[in-house]
Amino acid sequence: MVLPGFRITLGFTLTYTALIVLIPLSLLVWHASHLTAADFFKTVGNPQVVASYKLTFTASFLAALTNAVFGFIAAWALVRYRFPGRKILDSIIDIPFAIPTAVSGIALTTICADSGWVGGLAKAYGIKLVEFAERYRLDFFDVPLLDKVDGLRIAYTPLGVYTALVFIGLPFVVRTLQPAITDFDKEIEEAAHSLGANRFQTFWRIIFPSLVPALVTGFVLAFARALGEYGSVIFIAGNIPFETEITSQLIYTQLEELNYPKATAIALVMLVASFTCMFAINMIQWYSARYSK
Amino acid sequence: MSIEVKNITKTYGKFTALKNVSLEIPDGKLVALLGPSGGGKTTLLRIIAGLEVPDKKPETDICFRGKSVLNAHVAERQIGFVFQHYALFRNMNVFNNIAFGLKVRRGKERPTSSGIKQRVMELIGLIQLDGMENRYPDQLSGGQRQRVALARALAIEPQFLLLDEPFGALDARVRQNLRRWLRKLHDEIKLTSIFVTHDQEEALELADRVVVINAGRIEQDGTPNEVFHHPKNAFVMDFLGNVNLFHGRADADRFVYEHPDTKNGTLERFFARPHEIDLRPDNPDGTCFPATVKRVQLAASVVKIELLDHNSKEIYVEIPHEEYGKFQFKVGDSVFAVPKKPIVFKEDYSI
Repeated sequence: MVLPGFRITLGFTLTYTALIVLIPLSLLVWHASHLTAADFFKTVGNPQVVASYKLTFTASFLAALTNAVFGFIAAWALVRYRFPGRKILDSIIDIPFAIPTAVSGIALTTICADSGWVGGLAKAYGIKLVEFAERYRLDFFDVPLLDKVDGLRIAYTPLGVYTALVFIGLPFVVRTLQPAITDFDKEIEEAAHSLGANRFQTFWRIIFPSLVPALVTGFVLAFARALGEYGSVIFIAGNIPFETEITSQLIYTQLEELNYPKATAIALVMLVASFTCMFAINMIQWYSARYSK
Repeated sequence: MSIEVKNITKTYGKFTALKNVSLEIPDGKLVALLGPSGGGKTTLLRIIAGLEVPDKKPETDICFRGKSVLNAHVAERQIGFVFQHYALFRNMNVFNNIAFGLKVRRGKERPTSSGIKQRVMELIGLIQLDGMENRYPDQLSGGQRQRVALARALAIEPQFLLLDEPFGALDARVRQNLRRWLRKLHDEIKLTSIFVTHDQEEALELADRVVVINAGRIEQDGTPNEVFHHPKNAFVMDFLGNVNLFHGRADADRFVYEHPDTKNGTLERFFARPHEIDLRPDNPDGTCFPATVKRVQLAASVVKIELLDHNSKEIYVEIPHEEYGKFQFKVGDSVFAVPKKPIVFKEDYSI
């Protein structure tokens, strides 16, 4: 079908995208180009920088994965069941969107530190766990975040980074899944039951596959947000080089030292890597949605 | 009896969808549940399927071949259910949609994969979609989708087939074809089937028995011939086709239509179908009533004439073309009309 207004809308879209996204990003490339190739690779290949990339991508991926699982359950419960306080709970989901990231960062640090609620529990039970493991010589409990003195440490460890990223990513998964679950036709579920499928089969073979595209979208959004997150992470991470320093923090440090070419070089690698990830995930999504026109 | 439904009541809050409904479905028959929307016919079908639970009452029961299934889950009732909007699994192709009911079986009941394949391909042949087994529902037309839905329901070799407005979402032509095809299919496989419809023509054309349901009650249960020619009440009469309502007086042994100069006898209400009204240019025995021709439609299998009586009430008449040829009434002509066999219902009902 020929719809009028194709040229003007396309023109607008391209101009707008250029102004908002492409021009600022091209400056990134331009700034980075002040470095020689050798300097560029020296900067981005610096072990501290590489460690930050690893941390950022791993923590973001795991956080998005966690949100995909628990966000799915939350969205399911909020859409499918009627219970007292449902509406309040539904609005609470948006809080990580709404409050300034620095505030959530400080709040998370407070409760996850040794003296906080969660940190205190993690410490006490962590110590018990280590003692238990020692008593029965369970060597596999010898994981880096657990020790005899501090128990399980959350704040100022990669676990803290992960915790903050889970916090900020949850609404993305829940909000993208809710409409998809609401739209799911009750008759299709009834059809599956009438054909003899039990609830598990109906969920696993019929309902879940139709929600995968929305779930992947939610995952991508949560992952993307986590990659670029700064405010809520830096407080709980403690920014220890090689351990809990995320890439955004590293870029910020370079900027503070007025080292723009280095900062943009680090950012450029991040940009290319994020774009590749997003593109790959979108390909999966297109593939999973191939059966609908 | 294949299916026995005893004393079903279903309420949604204050709304009563079904009031103490009992019904028996004979073996091997194609039965229509006919009625206006909101009348409770779909609710009844869904209760039989087990998709809806009737109100708890001691005398309520649903039996399939003499065995109560009142507490059986829909998955245990072995029924094939066809939904109005097909409810196909969009993430599966035609083959997997049809195979679904067999694939979810466990243990001994599950056919081998070659057994499933054979059965599915048989059904694809039956619904005339050969070569389309790899298509997804979104790549099919409405009629094709509904046939896939039917094949999917038949794949599990159900005890009964239940269809909820199966042609409701299709356009007129496809509807007509699919209707005939379904009747043919039923004659071949003889599977006891119930379908819900609000289209009287569909019910009369397709079904062996028609159950007319209105306002949560069964108004009449009979063969298409019975319900059409011998309606039990005014509702059935009205619902099964166009009907004209007249007021008049029963005068000794004949009806006299309400007319300015008839005053004797008791005022009654008569019903007559459009094709059971005669038109004449004169009024020899005084039983006819005068009217004016308002509209004549020749482009149909019968001539459809709209009249206005002396109260400016519309009367619809259908006469064969040969009959029309005798007098050739034109718009504005004065004519006399007479119902050939007017029907009187005693109970109150307003059209």
